[in-house]
Parts: sequence; structure tokens; C-alpha cells
Amino acid sequence: MKLLAFFGAIALNVAQTARFAIEETGREITLLGSSLAWLFRPPFRFRQFLIQLDFVGVQSVYLICITGMFTGMVLALQGHIAMSRYGAESLIGGAVALSLARELGPVLSALMVIGRAGSAITAELGSMRNTDQIDALASMAVHPVQYLVAPRVVAATIVLPFLAILFEFSGMVGAYIIYTGQLGQDGALFINSIKDYLEPDDITHGLIKAVVFGLILSLVSCSKGFHATGGARGVGLATTRGVVISSLLILASDYVMTALMFKPST
Amino acid sequence: MIRVNDLHKRYGDQKVLDGVDFSIQRGTVTTIIGRSGGGKTVLLRHLMGLESPDSGDVIIDGENLSRMGDADLNRIRRRFGILFQEGALFDSLTVAENVAFPLEEHTKFSKSEIMHVVREKLGTVGMTGHEAKFPAQISGGMRKRVALARALALDPDIVFFDEPTTGLDPVTKSAIYALIRRTHQQASTTYVIVSHDIRGVFSVSDETLMLWEGKILAKGTPEEMERYPDPIVKQFISGSPEGPIHVD
Repeated sequence: MKLLAFFGAIALNVAQTARFAIEETGREITLLGSSLAWLFRPPFRFRQFLIQLDFVGVQSVYLICITGMFTGMVLALQGHIAMSRYGAESLIGGAVALSLARELGPVLSALMVIGRAGSAITAELGSMRNTDQIDALASMAVHPVQYLVAPRVVAATIVLPFLAILFEFSGMVGAYIIYTGQLGQDGALFINSIKDYLEPDDITHGLIKAVVFGLILSLVSCSKGFHATGGARGVGLATTRGVVISSLLILASDYVMTALMFKPST
Repeated sequence: MIRVNDLHKRYGDQKVLDGVDFSIQRGTVTTIIGRSGGGKTVLLRHLMGLESPDSGDVIIDGENLSRMGDADLNRIRRRFGILFQEGALFDSLTVAENVAFPLEEHTKFSKSEIMHVVREKLGTVGMTGHEAKFPAQISGGMRKRVALARALALDPDIVFFDEPTTGLDPVTKSAIYALIRRTHQQASTTYVIVSHDIRGVFSVSDETLMLWEGKILAKGTPEEMERYPDPIVKQFISGSPEGPIHVD
């Protein structure tokens, strides 16, 4: 009897979690639809868009450059450790470029933007919800989705590919510095290796990923903040959930896109 | 005129509005009183078109808010001014920008015309000289006054007040009520106030409605309410701990 109750409780818990996940997904899809619909209806919130472009994009530049540079430096060092066993140090440039363009550039820049801007978006909208500011907008005949959500979603979706490129460039610079400085290798080998191995498709596919990541992180961050209730604790929980869910969705969607875009050579 | 017909609203198992019926005449100050958590704010949100009822109608000058789409609701909301419980000023905007916000959204005024109206409205509520401050830099009473200036910015036909004096000291409360009286006399707008501050709202109201267990239990002028025979109304107005109302 106890065993039955135990499995019953587990089944109930799973069912509740599934229901919660379905409700959350439904809310995010509704918000996406509403944001897209409001994009094409006047008045256009160009000033809000520019403010968000600055907040999500311009103010992330230093962080992205530093993160990209350290990532490239680590890749060069690790690449050297692995490839020197086979005398293939000359391939490090290409390997670093491929890793950055296909995966690390879009994924890590998205994760950094989630930490810096996504969390702030959730906390800001959550505070606005809990202090009636979102209702105040609606009561003044200003649609909150159009004013608050659509500019953030568009700005993040547009700016993420640029941040990913910046990340990749900084990473290459970092890797080059380590390759030629600390490892004492010839810089021309590094550059030639990039030319040999990096294809335009690697870059464009990485940028497509960045666009999708920008959409996911902004939508999840906005949705969690927009629907946050329960005062300061509710805003805190919403922010944590926003960061966790958008990070997980980015990693999962990265796998799906990688499987679709980059077919393994046989 | 505002007319509410048989309004019902339920959240899960909790019945909040259970057949609310009343009407409010144009140009009057009407107060809705009732216990904390008794559904006053929910009722007010229905009057403002921020909530949809499960059934029943909210009719403002012949237009039924309960059956309107977003576009029509936005059109009618332009006639409203709303003062939220905590003011709901936008944190990221200065005092002047907060008051200018509805003007920038809904008028074709030039920047100088908008600043003229902003200065005039801030002057009305005694907030001249605080234009460049952010909401976090002013006191709770000042935030309420700025919120009132913002609510009056478009010279609305109806102003809704949600607990306009909650959390304020007695002197600031009196100042807010004096301000409500003065702005109402200047514009003869319809004011609808939700509050449980009985003495304060009686000083400004033409008519008072008491919401009790989801229904309008009593209605009358402040004098009539003072003499109301129902024991629940009597106890609520006197604030006595003895009587049919039990504290949970």
C-alpha cells in the first residue's frame, strides 16, 4: 500500500511538473506571437529599441571581448597540448577558428548576455509587474508588450550575432597571442590554418545560431519578468528561472541546430 | 455615468465578486469601502478595464467595457486617470518625464507645450521644483502627489484612486484628501476612490458604497452611512472590535 502511495506521489509530481512546463511554454509562445504582432503596429517604439540595443549590445562589448579573448587563449593552450602529441601544432589556428565560429562564439556570448542582460531584464520587468508599473502602462492605453517586450526581443535578436562575431574575433586574437607568444610558434601557420579550414558556412551557421539564441534568451527573460508575482521573492525566483531555462534552452537548441546544420563527414 | 450590472469574478475556488450592482453619477466623488482583501481593488480593476469579469457588465457612458477588444479599451482608457496604490511611477523616468508620459503618448503637443502642462500639473499638486528627481529620491507622499499629477495630465473624465493614502502619516493623508477635494472642484471630474480609511474618504465623498462578501451591502452619503442600521456597516464604520465582523 505504501509502495502504491509512493509511486502515486511520484506520478502526481511528474504530472504537475509536465502541466507547469506546458503552461510556461504556452505563455512564452503567446508572448512571442503578441510581440511579433505588435512589431508591425504603430506607434513604433524606436527609442525603446535603441535603449535596449545599447543595454543588451553596446554595454556587453567589454564583457564579450574579455570572455572571448580568454576562451581563445585557453583553446590555443589546450589545442597545443593535444596536437603536439601528433606534431600537428600547425592546425591549432583552424581548430580554434572552427570551435569559435561554430559553437563557442554563439553559445558563450549568449550565456554571457543571459547573465548580464537577461537577468536584468527579468528583474526589471518583474519589479515593474510587482509595483503596478505594467498595469499603469496598460491603464494609460499603452500596450505593455509593445512598449516593454517587443523592443527587447528585437534588440537582443539583432545584436546577438554581432556579439558572437566580436567574441570570435577576440578569441582568435587571444589564441594568436598565445600561439605566437607563449608557445613560440609561427603566426603565418596560424593564419594559413584558418584559411585552410574555416568555410563561410561555418560562420553563417554560427550566426544563425546566435539569432535563435538572442530570440530565446530575450523571450524567456521577458516572459519570466512579465509574469513574475509574489514580491521581491517572486522576482528573485523569476530571475533564477529565467537564467536557468534560457541557458538550458540555448544548449538544447544548439544541439538540434548543430545536428541539422553540420552533417558529420563519412 | 458608470453602471455596473451583476458583476461576478472568481479566482480558483475564491469568489471575489458575487453579483455587484451599482451606478455612479458623472462629476461626483464616490468611494468604495470594505475590508482589506475584500475585493475592492479587483472591483476597481474591472472599472478600469484591467480585468475581465466572469459575467456581468461594466458600462461607462453607454459603452460596455466587458465586451470590448484591446483597441476600444485603449480608446476609452484615454479618458481615465488612475492613481495606483503605490503610485506606480516609472522608476527609470524622472518626475517630469512621468507626468509627461501620457501627454507624449496621446497628444501631438510640442516639447515646450508638454513641459508647460507638466509644470502646471506639478504646480497643482505642490511638486514644483522636483521635476528632475527620480521616484526613488522622493517620499511616499510626494510619489502619490506626482502620481496624481500624472493621472490628471490628460484632463481625464474619470479618475480612479486605489487606496490613495495607504502607508502615509496623518498629516500627509490630510494633504492628499485636500488635494483630491481641490482638484475635483477645479475640474468637476468623476472620482472613484477605493479605500478602507473611513474618516478620510468621508471628508471628500459625495457617495459611499460598502463592498461586503462580494456584494454591495450599503450605499449612501457619508451622513447616511454613519446612521446606517445594518450591524456590519455600523461596526465597520465605527471600527469597533465587537460585533458581527470577526478578525481572522
